[in-house]
Amino acid sequence: MPYALLLPGLLWLVVFFVLPMVTLGSQSLQEGNVDDGYVFTANFGIYVDALQQYWPQFLRSFIYAGTATVLALLLGYPLAYYIAQKAGRHKNLMLVLVIAPFFTSFLIRTLAWRTILSDDWFVTEWAQRLGITNLLQAVGLTANDSLLNSQFAVIMGLTYNFLPFMILPLYTSLERLDPRLIEAAGDLYASPWQTFRKVTWPLSLPGVVAGTLLTFIPAAGDFINARLLGNTQTTMIGSVIDSQFLRVLDYPLAAALSFILLILIVTMVSVYVRRAGTEELL
Amino acid sequence: MSERQGKGDLSLVALTKSFATFTAVHPLDLTIPQGSFFALLGPSGCGKTTTLRMIAGLEEPTGGRIRIGDSDITDTKAYQRNVNTVFQSYALFPHMSVLDNVMFGLRRRGDKQAKAKANEILELVQLGQVASRKPTQLSGGMQQRVALARALVNRPDVLLLDEPLGALDLKLRRQMQMELKRIQQEVGLTFIHVTHDQEEAMTMADSIAVMNAGRIEQLGDPATLYEQPRSTFVANFLGQSNLVRARVNPGGTDAVVTVRAHDTDLEVSREHLPDGVQDVWLGVRPEKLRLGESGGPNHLRGVVRDVSFSGVATQYSVAMPWGQELIVVQQNDGSARARLGETVTVSWAAEHGFALDASQAADAGADLVDDRG
Repeated sequence: MPYALLLPGLLWLVVFFVLPMVTLGSQSLQEGNVDDGYVFTANFGIYVDALQQYWPQFLRSFIYAGTATVLALLLGYPLAYYIAQKAGRHKNLMLVLVIAPFFTSFLIRTLAWRTILSDDWFVTEWAQRLGITNLLQAVGLTANDSLLNSQFAVIMGLTYNFLPFMILPLYTSLERLDPRLIEAAGDLYASPWQTFRKVTWPLSLPGVVAGTLLTFIPAAGDFINARLLGNTQTTMIGSVIDSQFLRVLDYPLAAALSFILLILIVTMVSVYVRRAGTEELL
Repeated sequence: MSERQGKGDLSLVALTKSFATFTAVHPLDLTIPQGSFFALLGPSGCGKTTTLRMIAGLEEPTGGRIRIGDSDITDTKAYQRNVNTVFQSYALFPHMSVLDNVMFGLRRRGDKQAKAKANEILELVQLGQVASRKPTQLSGGMQQRVALARALVNRPDVLLLDEPLGALDLKLRRQMQMELKRIQQEVGLTFIHVTHDQEEAMTMADSIAVMNAGRIEQLGDPATLYEQPRSTFVANFLGQSNLVRARVNPGGTDAVVTVRAHDTDLEVSREHLPDGVQDVWLGVRPEKLRLGESGGPNHLRGVVRDVSFSGVATQYSVAMPWGQELIVVQQNDGSARARLGETVTVSWAAEHGFALDASQAADAGADLVDDRG
């Protein structure tokens, strides 16, 4: 009975995934408060209220996460390509460097960016001298001539923190790419750009899809970057859920927001995966 | 095609490729006439694939020029050359259908009739019915033909084949050899075929360049290479050879020279003797030797040490008084057979022998022969 081996995993899923989801779902439909307790009232109206009140934070979360995903793809693709196809014997060292940040806590690394981007450090000073701060201010990514506590800092933090999740799947895909196919494309009159568009890119799509999902999904629900690197105008939905649960103690609202986030992400992801049409490549 | 004859010849002028520690291709001069089926034959590491890759533009030469007709293509990129390659691994695009693979080159050049041309060439290689399938759904032989069609459809000035039959089993390989030859004659393009299989090269090519250690050892049509090898390497790499040490006797006629080998005078055609050489290897192909005296004026006596029957022919190993064993292959055409231990006379004609400079190793290239064929 080989299925018996699935039991521990299934049990784990039931206890730590299905039960919490059910609890969360039922909690979102309860009314009451912490002191007097909660009663289940099937209060679906809360979902409408939550969306009406917090749609800007939802929208902002998806825009930030989407931007960070695109940036991570632009930064990660050339790097993953280089490691997979050109790095030779330095391949393993470079892979270790990619995952090296994981040896420190997410929180500590994000806090480190507070120091790096602080007003009295050389990064901001140089950015000011080179006119980068003015540029960022002009496009609305910062509010003044500092870098910290701005949309810019939040998006940058998200990109930084989730970049390895982009690089690793891209690497896996590009590593399997047969360099002879690239030669063959060149042999068949494809310029380097056409070779990329017609051969390299389509064959790396499984990695692109996996990488973008692994970046976008956690980034959309993230609250650390927005809290440590942003300001009151850059609040993401993760921060709202966090404070509703732990500070305001409005459990039903927090649970409803969590569910809305979940449904929105699942919807977007399924549309995206279908559009990318990578099923047969995977 | 005939009016363009000569205009599309491929010429390599002092083409060289050196890597940090060794020279893969020594300055190489070669002209391959338009419309010919040319083979670059040699053992692995002889520089044949490097030469091919330089023609394709996949490898940059360290020196020398590559020309097609009057245009110098040395400094152009692979995608700018009107040259296509059939890769050893086929390198078919796995995410595209067979048809899309075949149309790839035409599409890049914006050919409006890409689809019609691709379908036509797929018919030529008898794959019309699998056009919409993915390459991974096809057998090795079919993939090979897709790779061929994908290159052929572009009507390149030169079509390069990099050991394209290496991955196929013997029967299929034979079949594809005939097929390739037929297609080449049908389309009339210049084919350059790189292979380490001497039989394959001789079956298909109009002319063959035998390469060894980055140099061309000999260039010629298959029959000349086989009948009159100019080095022991060629003699051994293309089929089997019996090489007997001999010394040229002074004199002789315009047609025939005698050489003295182990106290016996043997005749060899003067045109098969390199000029100004005294010590030679006298070579004879096993099937040119006859048991008995019917083969010609050259006679050697020895003892039969081994007999192996292979249906069409029988191979004898005949030990000479000085210890060397000559290989004799005799057609099973009803002529006399010899038994193990019997003392026999081995004979051959003067024009069936060839003499090679004895300063070369007698076994050069013998260990490199690939016997899969």
